[in-house]
Amino acid sequence: MAEVKKIYADDGREIVLKADHLCIQFGGLKAVDDVNLEIAQGELYGLIGPNGAGKTTVFNLLTGVYKPTSGRFFLCGEDLTGKSPIEMNKKGIARTFQNIRLFNNLTVIENVMVGLSNQIPCSMFESIFRLPRHKKSEREYYERSLELLKVFALDEYKDYKAANLPYGKQRKLEIARAMATNPKLLLLDEPAAGMNPNETQELMDVITFIREKFNITILLIEHDMRLVGGICEKLSVLNFGTELAKGETSKVLNDPEVIKAYIGE
Amino acid sequence: MDFLTALINGLSSGGTYAIIALGYTMVYGIAKMLNFAHGDIIMIGGCVMYSVLSAKGNPLLAILAAVVFCVVLGVTIEKLAYKPLRGAASLAVLITAISMSYLLQSVAQIYLKSGTPALSALRLEGSVNIGSFRIDYSTILTLAVTIVVMVALSLFVKYSKTGRAMVAVSEDRDAALLMGINTNFIITITFAIGSALAAIAGYLMLCKAPILTNTLGSMPGIKAFAAAVIGGIGSIPGAMLGGILLGVVESISYSIPVLAPFTEAVEFSILIIILLVRPSGILGKMRREKV
Amino acid sequence: MSRNGIGAKKIQWKYYINYIVIFAVAAFYTVLSLTGNIKQSETSLLEKIAIAIILASSLGMVVGFLGELSLGHAGFMCIGAFLGGKVSAILAESLGNGILTLVISVIIGGVAAALFGMIIGLPALRLRGDYLAIVTLAFGEIVRTVIMNLPEGLFGGTLGLKTPRFNNKHLFIIAFILVLVCIAVIQNLLRSRHGRAITSIRDNEIAARATGIDVTKYKLLVFTISAFFAGVAGVLYSYTQSNVQSTNFDYNYSIEILVMVVLGGIGSINGSIIAATLVTFLNVKLQTILTGDLAVLQNLFYALILILIVIYNNAPGLKGFREKYNFKSIFGKIFKRKSVAEAPNASGGAAPENNQGEEN
Repeated sequence: MAEVKKIYADDGREIVLKADHLCIQFGGLKAVDDVNLEIAQGELYGLIGPNGAGKTTVFNLLTGVYKPTSGRFFLCGEDLTGKSPIEMNKKGIARTFQNIRLFNNLTVIENVMVGLSNQIPCSMFESIFRLPRHKKSEREYYERSLELLKVFALDEYKDYKAANLPYGKQRKLEIARAMATNPKLLLLDEPAAGMNPNETQELMDVITFIREKFNITILLIEHDMRLVGGICEKLSVLNFGTELAKGETSKVLNDPEVIKAYIGE
Repeated sequence: MDFLTALINGLSSGGTYAIIALGYTMVYGIAKMLNFAHGDIIMIGGCVMYSVLSAKGNPLLAILAAVVFCVVLGVTIEKLAYKPLRGAASLAVLITAISMSYLLQSVAQIYLKSGTPALSALRLEGSVNIGSFRIDYSTILTLAVTIVVMVALSLFVKYSKTGRAMVAVSEDRDAALLMGINTNFIITITFAIGSALAAIAGYLMLCKAPILTNTLGSMPGIKAFAAAVIGGIGSIPGAMLGGILLGVVESISYSIPVLAPFTEAVEFSILIIILLVRPSGILGKMRREKV
Repeated sequence: MSRNGIGAKKIQWKYYINYIVIFAVAAFYTVLSLTGNIKQSETSLLEKIAIAIILASSLGMVVGFLGELSLGHAGFMCIGAFLGGKVSAILAESLGNGILTLVISVIIGGVAAALFGMIIGLPALRLRGDYLAIVTLAFGEIVRTVIMNLPEGLFGGTLGLKTPRFNNKHLFIIAFILVLVCIAVIQNLLRSRHGRAITSIRDNEIAARATGIDVTKYKLLVFTISAFFAGVAGVLYSYTQSNVQSTNFDYNYSIEILVMVVLGGIGSINGSIIAATLVTFLNVKLQTILTGDLAVLQNLFYALILILIVIYNNAPGLKGFREKYNFKSIFGKIFKRKSVAEAPNASGGAAPENNQGEEN
């Protein structure tokens, strides 16, 4: 059992995610090179950068899709480097995907119920023989999922097939499903991609709302500067896999280096 | 000496597998589908040879007619049954192909009236004897045809415009389409080449054992398919390698008395083992789904 | 699968209709049988149907819910038939050829097949789609060849295994009890959190992993359970025969089972049940009608129907046609697989009044 050493920020808040010198190399290409992150409890942290900067690769490292070539990272002090995606989720890292990945043939509520799978125990044996705990747990799955759907204003679509939801609602459902796994850290990969301004605004409200309600820490990748500037407290900017700048949002966004990377000279 | 004989026979039957496997692998590479009915095209080719032989008695004409008929048949099947399903789930396409295989077998059974005629005119008898060592003419012919087919196909893919377009389509169909390649035409060509090869393989099989049944192509088809998978499906050199490998293993296994009855099990076990070690076959490319 | 009955106050009678129908049919024939009004050809047909239902519904779980194609189902059945048959032959001498022997051999045959199912599930963890299809096909062929070529003392070799044919006209009753058990286990599993997990793997494996679903466990589980029931069907089959031949279990038989699953509608256990019944019934009936040269027409017919059904159900170009002329619009609400109406547009249209909306 790896030992857990809690780390705290200067203001006394716990550091939920600490990444130390994360690197990954594909062949000769360093997709992520020496990335360090420190995200405190309840923080809304943004990861920005031009296309191909390695943002999604960082997510894939943090969720176990890839194993880092070097470097480590810690969730609430526990070293999770090299664990599988399933373990990462069980330890408390949930994510959404850039290209939405829902369970298309399940209904909206069933998608969230799948997310709750590890939260409410009920063994296969109990399900097959319909023992009392099966019924109890199924009711609990249903009720807790419905509650979660209400937070995202998706409850009226609960019996729709996920594939039939409009795009913006699919993105929200993906967040709801991730939230159902009861994460400590939520990773959102371009949650506003393809949304119109109204939907983006609505999404910003939901993100800030769930952060308050569930007291969760969020790391998000985003291109939409309005969203980033509007809700993130801190930012890291990636360019060609390396960190270009990081710190308070307002400072980072006015950093000439960052502007250069984004807009060019 | 026994081992050498087994090896040469293995190379020969492996050559036949390789020629059939080429059809599987090219279609898979280009159309991303498993043409389960490919083995039955061989058998239909046999039926055509049978009918031409009964009418005209000319083996060469029979083979030619079989090649032409199989090309037309392969292309027609693609247009009628597979093309509507392009873009559908791979399971649906596979099931259609399996049904197509059954359809061809039933049609042939009706045509053959459930009989098993012998096409003795196709039989290639005689052998080269070097001391006690004996190689059948049919074995030599198969080896020669295999080499010619492999070289010709490699050159075609590498140097002809159509061949290069085929490579492009197998790499990325959408990009190829955007580059102005007529992907439908390329798929048609692929089916045509695959079916022609199937007809040739049919002749190679019948010149050794000239008994025609409606399931003539089934087991060789399955094995050639296994060979294509062993070599890495979608890869032309892979199909050749897989076919030869499977043929040699089969022949050597037959020559060992203890293993002989289990030969089929040995062949399929090799398939499973290779796939477990290399999930995309020996020369196949690993494709990871991008997250 | 897409409907969720929890939270609903009413008993979802539709969930139990298959049990009720099967039970009623079995009860009807049991009464006939007890009063001596049943022909041997009828009991034999019933046995065949029961075996087909078990095979189709267990394969349907793999193909329709896990989304993996297995072409080796007959291989598992083969293991069950030979091992169960052997056990029953041995036990028949000491325990007599009664229920006890049957139960023990069913369990042993099923468990042995399940073990092999777990083994074949292992490649399923690494291979997908077409690759897995060929591996399962290869597995079935390996099983068949090995069993056929083992020394005659074991499984009878090429002569086939002699089994003490269960000369009881009530065998079909036991067969139908096993059908009910099989359907209950599969349905209860699929209509639970485990079933949702299995379906989520089919829909999007990467997302399932990221959602904490233990993909390895569920894949192995589905293959194991499915193989178990194939093994059970095999034991039942051995009981209906006095001599079991391994040549019967080649890949064509696996494909025949797959045909039933596809005809019934992938992802519908009830569909598999109906298709298994119809296909078996037709097979037996057509065999007596289509004799000689005509017998071939049967396969031709199946192949054509299958191609047409698959193209109708899956061709992207036929989407509009499908929505206009489908089973539901023609036969109303007899069949209950729910589909969802078009979602309201992004601006958040009114809540659907009837959230069990039907497709057009």
